[in-house]
Amino acid sequence: MATSQPRYRVPAPKFRPGDEPDFSDLKLQPAGEAKRPGIDCSWKDTVDHATGLVGALDHNHQAVGEWNPELDPDTLREGLRHMVLTRVYDERMQKLQRQGKMSFYMKSTGEEAVSVAAAMALRDSDMVFPSYRQQGILFARGRDIVDMMCHCISNSRDNLKGRQLPVHYTWAEGNFFSISGNLGTQFPQAVGWAMGARYKNEDQVTASWIGDGTTAEGDFHGALTLASTYRAPVIFNVVNNQWAISTFQGIAQGDAPSLAVKGLGYGLPSIRVDGNDFLAVYAATQWAAERARAGHGATLLELYTYRAAAHSTSDDPSGYRPKEEATKWPLGDPIERLKNHLIGLEEWDEQRHEAMESELNDLVVKSYKEAESYGTLHDGPLSPVPSIFEDVTAEPDWRLIRQRQDLGI
Amino acid sequence: MTKMNMIQALNSALDVAMENDPNVLCFGEDAGYFGGVFRVTAGLQKKYGLDRCFDAPINEAAIAAMAIGMAAKGLRPVAEIQFADYIFPAIDQIVSEMSRIRYRSAGQFTQPIVVRSPWGGGIRGGQTHSMSPEAFFTHVPGIKVVIPSNPYDAKGLLLASIESDDPIIFFEPKRIYNGPFDGQADGALQSWANHAKGEVPEGHYTVELGKAEVVREGTAVTVVTYGTLVHVALAAAEKSGIDAEVIDLKTLTPYDIETITESVKKTGRCIVANEAPRTSSFAAELAAQIQEDCFWSLEAPIHRIAGWDTPYPHAHEWSYFPGQQRFINAMKSVTETV
Repeated sequence: MATSQPRYRVPAPKFRPGDEPDFSDLKLQPAGEAKRPGIDCSWKDTVDHATGLVGALDHNHQAVGEWNPELDPDTLREGLRHMVLTRVYDERMQKLQRQGKMSFYMKSTGEEAVSVAAAMALRDSDMVFPSYRQQGILFARGRDIVDMMCHCISNSRDNLKGRQLPVHYTWAEGNFFSISGNLGTQFPQAVGWAMGARYKNEDQVTASWIGDGTTAEGDFHGALTLASTYRAPVIFNVVNNQWAISTFQGIAQGDAPSLAVKGLGYGLPSIRVDGNDFLAVYAATQWAAERARAGHGATLLELYTYRAAAHSTSDDPSGYRPKEEATKWPLGDPIERLKNHLIGLEEWDEQRHEAMESELNDLVVKSYKEAESYGTLHDGPLSPVPSIFEDVTAEPDWRLIRQRQDLGI
Repeated sequence: MTKMNMIQALNSALDVAMENDPNVLCFGEDAGYFGGVFRVTAGLQKKYGLDRCFDAPINEAAIAAMAIGMAAKGLRPVAEIQFADYIFPAIDQIVSEMSRIRYRSAGQFTQPIVVRSPWGGGIRGGQTHSMSPEAFFTHVPGIKVVIPSNPYDAKGLLLASIESDDPIIFFEPKRIYNGPFDGQADGALQSWANHAKGEVPEGHYTVELGKAEVVREGTAVTVVTYGTLVHVALAAAEKSGIDAEVIDLKTLTPYDIETITESVKKTGRCIVANEAPRTSSFAAELAAQIQEDCFWSLEAPIHRIAGWDTPYPHAHEWSYFPGQQRFINAMKSVTETV
């Protein structure tokens, strides 16, 4: 029982369950205001960007300012489609988890632009080192949905042979690195890969994603140090969705004064971006990729967004934050914003949107039916049992051969 | 053949590997311009350029992670951790990542990495320059642990490790970098120049991973060990007059169970020895497996020689380090058992 004043500060979010969330005092730089520095800029040229907010879609859903990537309507519609597909897929997979079809799932609701726009701004040959919440990259890169589902239900067609928890995708063919449960480890690994690409005289860029909470890990520091030291062609994406499970970003000192500011200390140009603004995420990624490809080194992007759903299917956010907080988030919803932008351009309308949602919903339902035909976690078929002994090393040694025999196979 | 100490042999292995394969790079703290605090990477930056042998920031986790990313990209990095005692900050990257990436990606990404690190005691290194942390790694599926005991093996095992497609923790017993050590701290310094295994081919050759060597044939008792203690065991066998068979394990995971069991079935008695603290040490694994495989041939309990279950002390190093007398006592005790 707390009997006295705390003896040190323990940061707390402004709103807890039962409170009325109100973000009106969150002073965010308006879209269109931030300047676009040259790709050969130094960290000093981004000091204002690290505490500001790069945006391109204004309150009227119009594209404004120097960070408007000026994408053609087809590209915008493609982006919208990937984001809607990501959301539809997430909803369906969550439901299937609730029905016991898979052990675990993690949605990316509200953060679809962070992965989809970034993936579209990169080349497909660029290497990505995602965390577990960038499934939008897979859709943007055209991964087979049935394959993704087969992984999540660990069936006989799972390309990871049932070895990994759901959502820990690996897709080498799509230049998508193996997702790890250990937070932040991929950040410095992305630097090693980027150095390898430079070493091989390839103009490949690598991009990696971590969350706000993971910036507290030592690997965040290691990654930025390496990238800065060796001027590696890397894009560091810090997805500040305000929440690390139940802890608000203040526990990782995200307000001191921003997560982007931390990049400046390593001499890296660092920019805070409206993570719910498809155009801004696209433009910032494109800029960082150009910088990296031209040999100017790494960039830190803080993608300012909000984790609208639960952390995972094992989490209930109503235990630590107001239920309606996501709806009060001042940067809105990335899908609604891009959709309204396209409607404003007279390149989209509600009927087409509904038709697309319905089409993608059917696609996901149909894909799941197909995925299930290759087996499910509970009813099989799974990958053959002896496969648990494969791929530990290039060749199994006597220990694994004996242990396999001990298992009777 | 040229006379080399272990440092020169390791340096020669890196030189040969870098000459033969442009994908081989080496890096670590002070490993570049300066050539390493133990000189193992000396001259390599000058010969192969800044981007093939370079200095790293003091961040072991980042050094391991850099190797992981490079290896996944298709290079063959050789990363140096300045002392095995300082490998712990890299444990997450090694255990959670490097060891598992092949498995968790079902072979889509592989990790042909060597992590080199000076290892073991006997040099007045105190708590943080003397450790033998191999058991932390032998417990990890997916990585291999190699520890040479002489210049010839050091070069051949390092070349085999660099050419292996699996991640390898390569521990180098720094006590025997410059010469063999028989465990007698007050004895004269020895040189590799007078040792048969100090004759090292200049070019390419490998020593097979996973293969132990019977370095002294005997009939009375089998001693299984590795690293510096190989020399202590050999000296103890000569001094005690007990006809011990000494096995140099060389590769800890996967260890050469055939060579061990063949010997123990012949001698009926076994001592396992390592410098590391006794509890949960690699010697414990050896003892358990030998007991299982050779139970009906054993004529005495398996004896385990190890460091004490204490941090490695400075002033009382020679009461800690398993020296000749402990081997002799163990040999007597094991062979006296009826």
